Amino acid sequence: MFSVLIDQFWSLTIAGVALGFIYVLVSLGYTMVYGVLRMINFANSEIFMWGTFGTIVTSRDIFGYTQTSAPATGGKLALVLISQLLMSMAVAGVTAIFVEYVAYRRLRAKGTNRLATLISAIGISIVLSELMRLLTDSRPVGSPRVLEKIILTEVWGANIRLDTVVTIFAAALIYFLLERFVKLSRMGKAIRAVSMNEDAAKLMGVNLNRVITTTFLVGGLATGAAGFFYITVFEYTKFNIGFTMGMAAFTAAVLGGIGNIRGAFFGGLFLGLLEVYASAVLGTQWKAVTVFIVLVLVLLFKPNGLFGEAVQTTRA
Amino acid sequence: MKIRNYWNLRDFGASIWENAGRPMRVAIVLISILLVGLLPFMGGSFLATPIASFDAVLVYPVGMFVLMSLGLNIVVGKSGMLDLGYVAFFAIGAYTMAILGTTTKLNTWEIMPIGIAFAMIAGVLLGIPTLRLRGDYLAIVTLGFGEIVRLVVLNSTWSKGPNGIANIPMPPHFGPLKFELENQRLFFWVVMAMILLTIWMIRRLTVRRPGRAWEAIRQDEDAAELMGVHTLKYKIWSFTLGAAVGGAAGVLYASKNLYIAPEMFTLNVSILILACVVFGGIGNIWGVIIGATILGYLPDRIRFISDARLLVFGLVLVIVMNFRPDGLLPRKKREKAIVKKGANA
Repeated sequence: MFSVLIDQFWSLTIAGVALGFIYVLVSLGYTMVYGVLRMINFANSEIFMWGTFGTIVTSRDIFGYTQTSAPATGGKLALVLISQLLMSMAVAGVTAIFVEYVAYRRLRAKGTNRLATLISAIGISIVLSELMRLLTDSRPVGSPRVLEKIILTEVWGANIRLDTVVTIFAAALIYFLLERFVKLSRMGKAIRAVSMNEDAAKLMGVNLNRVITTTFLVGGLATGAAGFFYITVFEYTKFNIGFTMGMAAFTAAVLGGIGNIRGAFFGGLFLGLLEVYASAVLGTQWKAVTVFIVLVLVLLFKPNGLFGEAVQTTRA
Repeated sequence: MKIRNYWNLRDFGASIWENAGRPMRVAIVLISILLVGLLPFMGGSFLATPIASFDAVLVYPVGMFVLMSLGLNIVVGKSGMLDLGYVAFFAIGAYTMAILGTTTKLNTWEIMPIGIAFAMIAGVLLGIPTLRLRGDYLAIVTLGFGEIVRLVVLNSTWSKGPNGIANIPMPPHFGPLKFELENQRLFFWVVMAMILLTIWMIRRLTVRRPGRAWEAIRQDEDAAELMGVHTLKYKIWSFTLGAAVGGAAGVLYASKNLYIAPEMFTLNVSILILACVVFGGIGNIWGVIIGATILGYLPDRIRFISDARLLVFGLVLVIVMNFRPDGLLPRKKREKAIVKKGANA
């Protein structure tokens, strides 16, 4: 049972880290919004799904790649990949702002209960996924292969593939940039102020609506980037793909301590590795169960997550 | 907000009820029961659902949704705990019926208490460790529990995995009244009886010690604990009673549907039931019933736009929540005021 894990330890680890970085970016979408609003951004999974479609539309319809065409090389490759990434981020960012505007803003202005907002967010996430289902006829959409999956080198018996390397480095870079933005920029400071104390931040002249919209945008951009990496590695998407990803990324956010950006980083990586190891040991069908059991255990023994602040009692 | 105050259905209904004498109240109740009981004969009218048979729609989704929403309302509405894994109890009830019904000679009514017991045991087992958590964290753990139950039945051999269990027996007939697939009136009346029983149970509990304890927990858990309310105990009770209703609904559903598979018990069902509760008005039995009726019935009524019906459903959720965030028929103002103050603190 464990021999698989031992035999393929390094290749599993690399796959886990790549998956983990995708989780890191998606869970940023949850964790940032939670930090500011203390509310689960329920539509984030659909924002991710729209991002994956943005990626595919770019390579397929704008650059005219098909399933049979040869992978790009050189400057063309960089051009296509970067525009895919930007498109995915743009689509997801716009969707995130749309979600905030339609599902959250009016209810927030009224100061209504949290459940109403949750239901309205659920409503908008149904709308987003159903819209995509109608547009794609419920069919899965494959992505043309732009980045050839060359095996770069072999380390300790594990193949290092180009797409995993790109994913790991680019995702780490994007995470780093976003983290710097929240840490250093004026807007990032405002975001952190609101998440610490909304009323005090307002009194200090922070424009609450703008901060919240920016938070959704930043979360959406991260999630969109994750959509691009997901397509690069798995080359496939469907209208209901957001659900599994959303659950896993949310779990990752909670594992790290929701509302905490660094928590999302460690939570995402931890969860990515855990999922890959667990499916190697127990079989793929049990990986979600393992993830949830770990989540329940963490919540029981360390309810604030691994790096979280104490929110579970103050916000009942 | 002021403009809409004249359209206050809840206070209007309450004033009629409160001014009526005992015979009048009995009459109101009997007439309403009769009217609802006659619903299956209304299939030919404007209420008809284009594709599914009207009788069938009244049983599932409408009747089942009302039943489950009432059960979930004990947890979410009465004691203020967000449960996103309610479908787990529904699934436990349904699988108990499916497995016992196909392997033993027990009939639906004999399995019903067993299914309810299993759901309650699951409720206690989940409740004891998790009900110490609050708010969103509880929501996540329950959500995870719902998924675990689905994944376990999906990947186990005793539950026949993704193939599901077929040939589940129908309930035995009551004298001349027979349960049949083509004509589901009898199922509707059974669901109705279960709904009435649940309403009765909730109303009795609400005015007694558990109801007061739940109310105190919902408003301020710490204060309730300081006042000597055994919060964990009453939270587990509320959770378990909700689970019992879900389990009962599951048993009947399996027996009605004759076939169940794991894909019927996804997170979407939990979310839909929660949507029914919030949409109608959290904590108010009548609001919940109206919400569940509308949300159960609407997708089938608008089947003529077949493909886009879920899209419209999502839009309705967003629009109604934006304009009536406390639900269509919210609970009484006094209680609401207290909740709001608590929520903003």
